[in-house]
Amino acid sequence: MKTFIRPSVLIVIFVLCMLPFAFPNAYIVDVAIRICLAGIVAIGLNLLMGFAGQVSIGHAAFVALGAYASGVATIRYGWSPLFALAVGAVGVAVLAYLVAKPILRLRDHTLTMATLGLGIIVHMVLVNEVAWTGGPDGMAVGPMKIGDWVLKGEMSWYALVACLLVLAIVISLNLFSSPAGRALRALHGSEVAAAVMGVNVPSFKVRVFVLSAVFASIAGSLTAHYNSFITPSLAGFMPSVELATMVVVGGMASTFGVVLGACLVVGLPQVFGGFEGFEMVFFGLALMLTVIFMPKGIVPSFAQRFAKRKS
Amino acid sequence: MLDINNLSKSFGGVMAVDDVTFEVASGTIHSVIGPNGAGKTTLFNLITGVYTPTCGNVLFSGKDITGMRPDQLAGLGMSRTFQNLRVCMNMSACENVMLGAHLRLNHGILAGMANLPALARRDAECRDEAHGFMQFAGVGQYVDAHASQMPFGALKRLEIARALATKPTILLLDEPAAGLNHTETGEISELIKKIAGSGLTVVLVEHDMKMVMNISDFVTVLNYGTRLASGTVAEVRQNPEVISAYLGTSVQ
Ligand SMILES: Nc1ncnc2c1ncn2[C@@H]1O[C@H](COP(=O)(O)OP(=O)(O)O)[C@@H](O)[C@H]1O
Ligand SMILES: [Mg+2]
Repeated sequence: MKTFIRPSVLIVIFVLCMLPFAFPNAYIVDVAIRICLAGIVAIGLNLLMGFAGQVSIGHAAFVALGAYASGVATIRYGWSPLFALAVGAVGVAVLAYLVAKPILRLRDHTLTMATLGLGIIVHMVLVNEVAWTGGPDGMAVGPMKIGDWVLKGEMSWYALVACLLVLAIVISLNLFSSPAGRALRALHGSEVAAAVMGVNVPSFKVRVFVLSAVFASIAGSLTAHYNSFITPSLAGFMPSVELATMVVVGGMASTFGVVLGACLVVGLPQVFGGFEGFEMVFFGLALMLTVIFMPKGIVPSFAQRFAKRKS
Repeated sequence: MLDINNLSKSFGGVMAVDDVTFEVASGTIHSVIGPNGAGKTTLFNLITGVYTPTCGNVLFSGKDITGMRPDQLAGLGMSRTFQNLRVCMNMSACENVMLGAHLRLNHGILAGMANLPALARRDAECRDEAHGFMQFAGVGQYVDAHASQMPFGALKRLEIARALATKPTILLLDEPAAGLNHTETGEISELIKKIAGSGLTVVLVEHDMKMVMNISDFVTVLNYGTRLASGTVAEVRQNPEVISAYLGTSVQ
């Protein structure tokens, strides 16, 4: 609870509150909503990549699964959106568990390969299961409803996702400094040392993978209702690369760094009016330059520089 | 305390540890010595569950622990340090040591996400405790430092502090004085004696013969993976095989 009133969190809350007043136009608010949604996924992915050091390059698959779970369940089966979102998240959690459990018995980078494979498979299924998903043309999704109340208009959406982003930030900050968070970060530092200290390495890897998938699924469900139209491209390779870029560029393990990463990755193409097909080159370049010049990411690098100057 | 029976490990046909048997008595400092490549680190890895033995078994306080994972052994009271530092360089010095309290704290992921006051309080106590262990190991001044800012010698001690923070009954130290200068080696000797004095059983791998002969109660000598000799310091020093194969005449 105390985490909500940390100065850094208060600043984020203040910025989120002021933004719609400072820029009262639908376009900016729309970009802000997309940043919040991406930020939630990236914060989840950061628990896996930044904290635990397990690279996933297929994380968009979980976003897409959440989105389609909501789309299919509400449109084809008439479920209520909130129920569909919850069931989707549970389903994605089970899937992530079933994927990670056998793989993490093996060592090293097999998880990375598996997440890549998962992305491809999910994309294929979404394209081919036309009866459910509408195939490559995608499907329309109804609005978000909570009970009988329909979430309408840019501002209500903004309020919802901004609150959820703050919640995700607080959860991530809490976890960072908790015993479980130290255990996760120790996996990144030295797996064998973590194990000798009592950390059940395979179990923590599986659980953090599942948790990060759930973050993605929930944000995916919301994205589906917000966009009111979804296509299999949600599970494409590009969105996965974008998510990984947010985590690496903003700052591995730094919660605020990852939020900044989401701002840059979602916001910059808007500022420059899109990259017209050169997104891959741009994000690839951004990733490479960060790894070379700021291996810790933007926020941790600057924090370190600042701390040095103070002392 | 620790019964090692016919323990063997082969890496693709190379017997790194070959049919080794010896016993570590409770409350003693038991050193394992031998030339480079003799299989000392592999033996530690077998005992602590980092590797599974090809054959043989290990009993810890009478319980068969062969094939158990390191984290399970941590729960039983076994801890160790590493010849090649395994400090988590992405964490602060204090957080490294707090990791030692992992099994005593609520380490559920949901509990961490919620960070309710009870857990926060326990965590604060754990931080104080970690500071205590750092002080004991002689790295108290680094309590606010990041691990990546610490010099090599301090990192070796930090590993000892972290191992102690698990509150083990047996502690395995793999070359704690390697890379340290003369004075530092003396200080580490004192620290090990202090640790053993507090009731822990210590298994020590070390190349510094003066240190080994000074502080050990028992010594086991490995050579090419096999046990050459095992006994008290005096017995091992007089063992002709050991002298010719390893110690040479200089220690006499
Ligand atoms: N993981 C491994 N894979 C293959 N060979 C290994 C491995 N670990 C150790 N060895 C081999 O086992 C032998 C013993 O090594 P080690 O236990 O490190 O010796 P010491 O610690 O006594 O110097 C060496 O020949 C080494 O090359
Ligand atoms: Mg060795």
